[in-house]
Amino acid sequence: MRVKVRHSTEYHYGQAVSRGLQKIRLTPKHSGGQEVLSWRTEIEGGRKEVAYTDQHNNLVELLSIEPGSRTVTILCEGEVDTSDTAGVIGQHGGFAPLWYFQRATPQTRPGPRVRQLVRDLGKDFDDDPSRLHALSALILKTVGYETGTTDFSTTAEQAIETGRGVCQDHAHIMIAAARLMGYPARYVSGYLVMDDRVDQDAGHAWAEVHVEGLGWVGFDVSNGVSPDPRYVRVATGLDYGEAAPISGIVYGGRNESMVVQLQVQQ
Amino acid sequence: MANKPDFFDEMNGSGTSCRPPYASYADWFERQGAQTLKKKSKDAEVFFRRTGITFNVYGQQEADERLIPFDIVPRIISAREWSRLTRGIEQRVRAINAFLHDMYHRQEILRSGRIPVDVIAANAAFLPQMIGVEPPGGIYTHIVGIDIVRTGEDDFFVLEDNARTPSGVSYMLENRETMLRMFPELFSRVAVREVSDYPKLLRRSLAASAPRGCAGSPVVAVLTPGIHNSAYFEHAFLADEMGVELVEGQDLQLVDGRIAMRTTRGYTPIDVLYRRVDDEYLDPMSFNPDSQLGVPGLMDVYRAGGITIANAPGTGIADDKAIYSYMPDIIQFYTGESPILKNVPTWRCAEPDALAYVLEHLDELVVKEVHGSGGYGMLVGPAASKREIAAFADKLKARPANYIAQPTLALSTVPVLTKAGLAPRHVDLRPFVLVSPGKIEITPGGLTRMAMKAGSLVVNSSQGGGTKDTWVLEE
Repeated sequence: MRVKVRHSTEYHYGQAVSRGLQKIRLTPKHSGGQEVLSWRTEIEGGRKEVAYTDQHNNLVELLSIEPGSRTVTILCEGEVDTSDTAGVIGQHGGFAPLWYFQRATPQTRPGPRVRQLVRDLGKDFDDDPSRLHALSALILKTVGYETGTTDFSTTAEQAIETGRGVCQDHAHIMIAAARLMGYPARYVSGYLVMDDRVDQDAGHAWAEVHVEGLGWVGFDVSNGVSPDPRYVRVATGLDYGEAAPISGIVYGGRNESMVVQLQVQQ
Repeated sequence: MANKPDFFDEMNGSGTSCRPPYASYADWFERQGAQTLKKKSKDAEVFFRRTGITFNVYGQQEADERLIPFDIVPRIISAREWSRLTRGIEQRVRAINAFLHDMYHRQEILRSGRIPVDVIAANAAFLPQMIGVEPPGGIYTHIVGIDIVRTGEDDFFVLEDNARTPSGVSYMLENRETMLRMFPELFSRVAVREVSDYPKLLRRSLAASAPRGCAGSPVVAVLTPGIHNSAYFEHAFLADEMGVELVEGQDLQLVDGRIAMRTTRGYTPIDVLYRRVDDEYLDPMSFNPDSQLGVPGLMDVYRAGGITIANAPGTGIADDKAIYSYMPDIIQFYTGESPILKNVPTWRCAEPDALAYVLEHLDELVVKEVHGSGGYGMLVGPAASKREIAAFADKLKARPANYIAQPTLALSTVPVLTKAGLAPRHVDLRPFVLVSPGKIEITPGGLTRMAMKAGSLVVNSSQGGGTKDTWVLEE
């Protein structure tokens, strides 16, 4: 499937920015059954400083905000060809060892609630994929999809306690539980083609779990499926923090507000 | 004097006759009057203090508190002994750099099973942000301090590798400066190898590790956490001696894809940053977000190849005390050679058998925290009370993986000048090693630390230890 994306994030500041840096991970990966045909990232009100590939093979670009700016726009757009791999990304590659993906992070540290979830899941499964699909379904049942109840800093434990959450929370719970069960797991940020609309409010996120033999397998808890050609993988990490599309430090520039415009279509 | 035959005394050996390296010095010493020596000893203290004060680092009172005691009797190492030490140190440093590259790339040594994965996986000193990074010139540890102890004529052991930001080199330089000032005649009598070119060599070594594509003469700067850091004097001293800028995080900022320092002529990009700030505080965007000591974006510029950080971030995985016990395997694995310098036998308390043994023998062992340094949080069994041992046993049982244990080594002694004349005190040695592409340089000498109390085995300055000048004799 050829997926077209246009994604702009506009920051407005009530006061001029004296200095600021934004780290962006907004370029889709050239792997796992997808091919990037064209892609560009741009910044208005700032400039690109450096770019490098991080330990997750993400392209990271560091942008500086022009001092005195009150508006900064980060835009990316392009086309990606995706294929159907039944959610299987394939064998692990790169220098980051698999054991690294078993490390707990502050947002994915298992507490009593994640442990209970894993106990509730039980152990009677034919194979790893069916066990993980059952886990995914159990998470969605336990934590229903609802926007506005959690934010970007919510942990897996907190989301279960709240009982509601968004794709980021689902991914964190999936990762925390999978690691607790002994699987390497990671967070994926990306885009999803929706059947009923082009304009979206935010990018998407899901989890990938490493299964012996198959390699990395994707699980989109929020939609109860493994990724198919409608999914574009952009950045991966141990949790949201390592895969965040945009993160930064801004000095001055109080009263920040953000406007996201995102179109994802075939 | 040598009435303690259970310890090897470097001046008198195990007997009463002077060992050859000390012969010339002993001869001179005998002809000095006790009064003269006492006066010189006082003068030396004053001179030593004045240097700290001259650097505008300390006031008189602070200098009294913060400058460590100095002794005027040198520690003397023969050319033959030094040659063996340097071969051993060089081998070790080569292995450490190869190990670090491997840790952040293919991890062959883990695949080979020589080091259990858990030792690295559970280790906070392993820095994921360094995975796949190629440091400029392939150098991870530009400056290394290897702590060595001696127990006999031919018995040297490496006690610890300091591969993060080893300190103490300013004392090595100041000790020599003080001795030259106090006893110029001694240096015409005894042929001692120079250490005074260390700052020049350091600067050259750092410059040689500049990023590829650095045009002209590389710009070097020393990054300090600031005046409140206990080693600030050394930071200021080294920057001054090298003739480079001493900067703090707030002086630096990202400009045109480089880390640049504010100068009177605007922003100057830095090629090599000799940082004396711990990894965790280097960059709030990559590590501790609350750090005010670092520079936002420094790690990104580093990862993009725009600056050399010396030592590289993440080198702590090589000098961690749990890794230390694997050093003989590490040397064998990467150099294909047997270790020239011995490791102290080490029990890893994470292993149940080892823990059981250590708990049984706490009264005779030294137990250290895996991530500790500076002699904090350790138990010196033979010197501890029953109650202290019992309390430590509880800590050990609660978190065994946090500790290693070693036998109490019979550290060699070197005489110090006391009110009652010469008296033996236990010592260790930290030689300083400079690493640049294709080159390993070891300054002849190093920092000799000594316990100030008779019989004490703790030489750390944070625990009241002192220092003395270290002489390596010419061939």
